[in-house]
Amino acid sequence: MANREEKLEKELQFHIDQRVADLAAQGVAPSDALRQARMEIGGPEQVKEACRDVRPGRWLEDAWQDAEYALRALRKKPGFAAVALLTLALGIGASTIIFTVVDGVLLKPLAYPHPEQLLSVNGRSPGWNSAVFGEQKLAYPDFRDFQREIKAVDLGGWVWDSATLSRPGEPESVVVARASADLFSVLGVPLAAGRAFTAAEDAPGGPPVAIIGYSKWQERFAGSASAVGSSIVIGGEQRTIVGIANQALRIEDQEVDVFTPVGQYTLPFMLGRRAHPVGTIARLHPGASLAAVQQQFAAVGQRLSVQYPNTNKLRTFHAVPLRPDVSGVQSTLWLLIGAVGLVLAIACANVASLLVSRAVSRERELALRVALGAGRGRLVRQLLTESAVLSLAGGVLGIALAAIGIKPFVALWPGSLPRAEEVSLNWTVLLFAFGISLLTGLLFGLAPALRVHRLHIGGRTVGGAPKRLHGIFVAAEIAIAMVLLVAAGVLGRTMMRLARLDTGLDSHNVLTGRIGLSAGTLANPAQTRAAWDEILASARRVPGVESAALVDTVPMRQGNNQVGYWTNASLPPENERPLALATSATPDYLAVTGIRLLEGRFFDSRDRLGSESVVVVDDVLAREAFPHEDAIGKHLWIGIGSDPARVIGVVGHVRHWGLATDDAARVRSQFYYPFAQVPDPLVRRWSELMSLAVRTRVAPLAVVTPLRRAIRGAGGDQVLYEVRTMEQLASGSLSRQRFLLVLFGVFAALAMVLACIGIYGVLAYLTGLRVPEFGVRMALGATGSEVMRLVLCQSLGMVAIGVVLGVAGALAASRALARLVDGVRSVEIGTVAAMAGVLALAALCASLIPARRASRVDPVTALRSE
Amino acid sequence: MDLPQGTLDLLILKVVALGPVHGYAIAQRLQQVSRDVVQVQQGSLYPALHRLENRGLLGAEWKETETGREAKFYKLTRKGRARLESESASWQQLTEAVGLILRLTEGDA
Repeated sequence: MANREEKLEKELQFHIDQRVADLAAQGVAPSDALRQARMEIGGPEQVKEACRDVRPGRWLEDAWQDAEYALRALRKKPGFAAVALLTLALGIGASTIIFTVVDGVLLKPLAYPHPEQLLSVNGRSPGWNSAVFGEQKLAYPDFRDFQREIKAVDLGGWVWDSATLSRPGEPESVVVARASADLFSVLGVPLAAGRAFTAAEDAPGGPPVAIIGYSKWQERFAGSASAVGSSIVIGGEQRTIVGIANQALRIEDQEVDVFTPVGQYTLPFMLGRRAHPVGTIARLHPGASLAAVQQQFAAVGQRLSVQYPNTNKLRTFHAVPLRPDVSGVQSTLWLLIGAVGLVLAIACANVASLLVSRAVSRERELALRVALGAGRGRLVRQLLTESAVLSLAGGVLGIALAAIGIKPFVALWPGSLPRAEEVSLNWTVLLFAFGISLLTGLLFGLAPALRVHRLHIGGRTVGGAPKRLHGIFVAAEIAIAMVLLVAAGVLGRTMMRLARLDTGLDSHNVLTGRIGLSAGTLANPAQTRAAWDEILASARRVPGVESAALVDTVPMRQGNNQVGYWTNASLPPENERPLALATSATPDYLAVTGIRLLEGRFFDSRDRLGSESVVVVDDVLAREAFPHEDAIGKHLWIGIGSDPARVIGVVGHVRHWGLATDDAARVRSQFYYPFAQVPDPLVRRWSELMSLAVRTRVAPLAVVTPLRRAIRGAGGDQVLYEVRTMEQLASGSLSRQRFLLVLFGVFAALAMVLACIGIYGVLAYLTGLRVPEFGVRMALGATGSEVMRLVLCQSLGMVAIGVVLGVAGALAASRALARLVDGVRSVEIGTVAAMAGVLALAALCASLIPARRASRVDPVTALRSE
Repeated sequence: MDLPQGTLDLLILKVVALGPVHGYAIAQRLQQVSRDVVQVQQGSLYPALHRLENRGLLGAEWKETETGREAKFYKLTRKGRARLESESASWQQLTEAVGLILRLTEGDA
């Protein structure tokens, strides 16, 4: 390259020398000749630059040179570089983390091979509300009919269950999927070892086999290959392990502990067509048309409705492409994308204003370079390169931050994040991070670069333009910070309000947990009832336990039983009856939970099978069903039996859906019925749902271990699981609000700090420009505090505009929050005013340092420097 | 009079076609041949030379001049000669066409 430069120099020098010689020969004086020769050629440096411009690959060479220059310039100003890089790293890091989650949860295809061939098959019937109960699955005989008759697809099905895994190792309740033999091949996820079920195994009376889930295999067999062929005891049955499921296998986003063949599951509800417990996935054969298959499902469904009118009359069947179920997190993700986008915007504005300040102070340098032959386009490109270098460096730091932060972030997610195992930094994410780095670089680099066009050679441009530009940056930052602060404030107020709400129970010192009965006790209802009585008695004997009760649905925990009710014998169709939450409980339930008895009595030993059916209602149902009347002694027609139940008591409402959600829930009315009156055929099913609740005299978690031991039962295989204190459940019901509050709080704090840095930088720069003016003012008699006021007023002006714009944005943001987050009431003027105050105060503090500096200007020095 | 856009390349090719020649001589030749009518901005001569060289229309080598100094001599490549011929032909056509139009309008007026 140097060689090329030398030759260029030599060639031009030759030209000039020749010209000088010629001119001298014509009689021009030597000094004039040189000047004329140089003028004719139009400035040797400019010509050289033009010659370099036509070289191929010139832009690459320039880019390299610019990048080197940019790095050097950054190193020369470490303070500026550190602030800008940190700002960018935070903005890009936060966006990358959120994008990583969005990518894993919303964007990635399902983790099955050829997911586009997979269909989800569900039923629909008029009485079924899928918004409440989720998609209606398939009845087992219906599933088998479809499997046999529709040739263009393979069908795989499963039924969720839980059972006690009692050998090898400690007994424990585990997640069981009773799976059809085809399920593994339909999903296309090969087993880690062993084989899938055979058709012979997937049938009534088939050999006792099981497939163990990957994690359970690791846990119970330490990942040993000899697990295949050894046996486990699940639900009291000994089964031989024939396969180990793949580590990546999830069904409905759930990792399964044990698979057993669904064909061996022969309880009455499996054999009839009324219940529909079978989750079904179909894989289209290559080349099969989706529309044709959908028609076949409809046609077979039509035939079934004719053949089995009792159960299938109004039931239709639908096959739709399988999609991950992420409905629960979508709105949270959108909120976070919005918040993080705002933080990124502030970061951009901040760096842009820093760059503009720097560009202005570099104006002399730039003007000099134009004079030396640099084209303006070239300078624009160089400034853009500098910001690109800055933003890419910030991007690299941001990706590093994201790599560190993504795990804790996913762990912080309230409840379980669907598809959490899909969330990871990958090429898409890296591409995104570099993309937004470059984009931000371009955005904040544009402002200083555009100024080059207004550059006057040999002069300085000190006018209104930079001031106005800076004002816009500051106002924009303040406005964005305002939006985030108000959002955080609204969430904070919501949290405070919700946390003070009455749950309807005394949640102090209450422990709940589900119980897996010993399989042997499930053989007949009398035995089952005796087992429960035994559990209650043992629990009461545990030191520290004050009272104990059984209940099927625990408040604020997942799970509810919605039942239609009516107040007289002329019952309307099932789907037109009002719904209430039905809870079955034992007599001590009120004593354990502290639910208030308002009227009448709760259950006691008189309420048993064979005696009159009784219910206790909450005040919401009492008001709804019997307005202006006393509910006691009235009758309710509920659920299965044709006999009405007599209302014997009224209790206080419990926020079953959680502190935040209950007020807006669609079904709030509640009633309780005695567990003792659950009819015999249902006792087994109910027993899979029951939880133990105890009130303790000591810290509730202290009784967990003795309680576990006490309820083991004769076989030693009864387990207590999903153990939670009522306080954990109450606070857990606010976890989404708390999560959003924490994140918005962090984002808002970040935004405020960034905005303050921005204001500080801008004011420091603007007051620096006005030093001569302050000098004059002070020379003419202005005091230091007057000058200070001047600077603060300038800052307040910018902040005020920002706050006004911010309020408009904040109103829109809090409306969005109110729509997407339970318990948030839109626009609270108090919050807006408080946050505006906080922001203005922070901004004033940031302005104080430059203002004080301005007030200490020495008029003589200031004037002399001009 | 300034040179019309794009004609500088053509003129350079024509001058270089007469034999290897250095930049200063090209400038002088252009000035003489065009009888001082056409002002070649010398500032644009060298970038044009370098551009033609980069495109392979001109070759260059360093040789001594008659005064004994080293100078960069340009000569036409085969590609350059072909370009010169096609460009001259189309230039000829263009000028004839323009001349024709100009005469026509004079006649009509």
